Amino acid sequence: MNHWHYMCILTAFTFIILTGSQTLINNKLMREVRMSMPTIDPILEGRRSQPGQLIEVLQDVQEICGYIPADAMKTVAKELGVPLMEVYRVANFYKAFTLKPRGKNVITICTGTACHVRGSDLLIDQVKGQLQLEPGETTKDGTFTVECVNCLGACALAPIVVQNGSYLDHMTPGKLRRIIDKTRGAKRKEASDA
Amino acid sequence: MRKLEHFEELETLRKKVVAQRGKIRSTVIICGGSGCQATRCLSVIDAVKKEIVKQGLDHEVLLRTTGCHGFCEQGPLMVVEPDNFFYCHLTAADAQEIVSSTLKNGKVVDRLLYTDPLTGKKIKTEAEIPFYSAQYRQLLKYNKLLDPCSIEDYIAAGGYKALAKTLTGISPKAVIEEIKSSGLRGRGGGGFPTGRKWAEARSVPEDEKYVVCNADEGDPGAYMDRCVLEANPHLVIEGMMIGAWALGARQGYVYVRKEYPLAVKHVKLAVKQAREMGILGENILGSSFCFDVEVARGGGAFVCGESTALMASLEGKVGEPRPKDIHTVKEGLWNKPTVLNNVETWANVPSIILNGSGWFASKGTRGSKGTKIFALTGQVKNTGLVEIAMGTMLHDIIFKIGGGPKNGKAIKAVQAGGPSGGCLPVSKFDIPVDFDTLYKMGSMMGSGGMVVMDEGTCMVDLAKYFLKFLQDESCGKCVPCRVGVDRMLEIVTDIAEGRGSREQISLLQELAETVAETSLCALGKTAPNPVLSTMRYFADEYAAHVDEKRCPAGVCKELIHYDILADKCTGCGVCLRSCPHDAIKGEKKTVHAIDEQICRKCGICVTECKFDAIAVV
Repeated sequence: MNHWHYMCILTAFTFIILTGSQTLINNKLMREVRMSMPTIDPILEGRRSQPGQLIEVLQDVQEICGYIPADAMKTVAKELGVPLMEVYRVANFYKAFTLKPRGKNVITICTGTACHVRGSDLLIDQVKGQLQLEPGETTKDGTFTVECVNCLGACALAPIVVQNGSYLDHMTPGKLRRIIDKTRGAKRKEASDA
Repeated sequence: MRKLEHFEELETLRKKVVAQRGKIRSTVIICGGSGCQATRCLSVIDAVKKEIVKQGLDHEVLLRTTGCHGFCEQGPLMVVEPDNFFYCHLTAADAQEIVSSTLKNGKVVDRLLYTDPLTGKKIKTEAEIPFYSAQYRQLLKYNKLLDPCSIEDYIAAGGYKALAKTLTGISPKAVIEEIKSSGLRGRGGGGFPTGRKWAEARSVPEDEKYVVCNADEGDPGAYMDRCVLEANPHLVIEGMMIGAWALGARQGYVYVRKEYPLAVKHVKLAVKQAREMGILGENILGSSFCFDVEVARGGGAFVCGESTALMASLEGKVGEPRPKDIHTVKEGLWNKPTVLNNVETWANVPSIILNGSGWFASKGTRGSKGTKIFALTGQVKNTGLVEIAMGTMLHDIIFKIGGGPKNGKAIKAVQAGGPSGGCLPVSKFDIPVDFDTLYKMGSMMGSGGMVVMDEGTCMVDLAKYFLKFLQDESCGKCVPCRVGVDRMLEIVTDIAEGRGSREQISLLQELAETVAETSLCALGKTAPNPVLSTMRYFADEYAAHVDEKRCPAGVCKELIHYDILADKCTGCGVCLRSCPHDAIKGEKKTVHAIDEQICRKCGICVTECKFDAIAVV
């Protein structure tokens, strides 16, 4: 084999690797697009080319996807006629939007004044210790996301914790620990059953 | 739903609905507000509904799910008409007895009645309960009368009567005069005279104008707007319509917090129903007036409660305020004249039009007319929503309506007005609650949050809490607020963690005054209030932290430590299991010990120990 042969083989290999990875990338992109597009289309209905609808559209994206995926931001920017930079700025500014996917169970601790004076700090300490994370983070296994919110307006029943949308009143660290344990237990059982 | 073509058809519908309701022998009113939903009222509603059908009473008994009744602490709760029995802390299991005893035989179920914590006596009706009897419920009284999801209920209770009266015979100018002479002031915090605001917006020669309802109730510890919007959304819409007529606006917006899902749902439904009935849209009730409302969900930014930031947010932009050299009544939303009022302000409008400004102004003080709703929370026995006539003594709100301290610890202060307000010490409770008195005392009405604190709350820690909140919520546009609040937080943290000095206290004072003077918007201007008011009234607590490195309330973690008392510890192991950081060691039935190296002083063990064996030193 001479130099020419080596060159041919090398070119062929490079070609195969490049096309392969391109297909992979394309597949991944397509999958993401397939996952996000059908859900975003109805949201954009009747709102296209209306920059003023940006926050409302992002609210719906957050509701349906659980977070604001990068692809969705690009689509929204294009369809509403808002620069992508501005979409990112808005998504980043408001607390209602998260840019990272959240865990299976979202635990929201209210840190409003009424909850604060009735010990919401203890609840934060409880989850920090029990789940080894800071508020705003998700556990490595994706089971829990812990968030804090400024006030949920259920101050008379303080302190309040919300687990996946349902309100839990007069929370104590002990009650919260048992709830997390129970959810974890259910998950483990699910895994062992499977 | 049939579209109403004329005012007379509204009246006919009202009569028809009232006549239908006349056949009802008894009405069961269950609170379905967010508070009671948190205490699982939906299962109670479901059970009562099934039981009424099961016992064959569905033709003579009406079950009405309403918005908040205010006494959230006692939820889930129910009122049974006509005897007005008040049942509280209900569970689904109580449904059978309520239906068979009270609804069938008119007998009261004793065990479900409210017990007065002071006298220990059972109280039968809502009117006799001190929490309610000491109030003046002008706006909140409607909550019990209607299902927020039913426009017919609202119409039956006299809804849209004020709108009809306005459209058929009161000129826009006369509406503004009426509001002006009623003395109504903005309920969102600032207390600006509403009539004046409307008149200014009306005087701008522009074709396009807007009315906006501010339901972005970001004050932590306040939830009256949520309650009004959730329980009576049509009242707010009617108020906005009257405002729009006075101004010449064709479009309105309700900007409501996303954190209030039930309020969003109810107000959206109300708009839909009103459109279908011809109450919103083109040629309303056959008149020449055209008006529509859109609902926008807030993105969870405290600064968006500020008028210019809210309008930027409505335009789909980042919620940053702008200088107010040109007021929003001249150039607001989309640079057009805009009137922004808070939920409670709009809700007061229909009754002023219907009953006259004199009626409204007959309650209250010289500078503050009418009633105000407060969210009474924190360390008092009765927490919930209270509506009082302006000028009611602060002492009465906390001790008569609130029932005094909750945990036996003495009440120390009340924080009024949220992060923009201030703390008032118990020695200053003998003041009438109105806009001007609260402001004079270094606090403010705010939107109406009242958080009561007892000896277990550290005022330095509270100032730190609010500064942290404001640091987090500052939009960052202007330097005084962005940097100033940050520096104030640093100093207060130093004090709370035992590194504070006397010089820092005077620096803090100076910094606070500078931030208040130079910030761009109301958030920054009022940000120092919690610090200034706690420094003013609780100087001794600051001194204890700085001079003695001691936290009198036993809250500031760096200045305290926990000890297990050998004579009280039974070695039960509850604290050991409850410690999230595994800082407690000990064998069963032997005295436990806390490892100081691991302990993060969260205090969870103290709350869990049944024998008071853990002391804060």
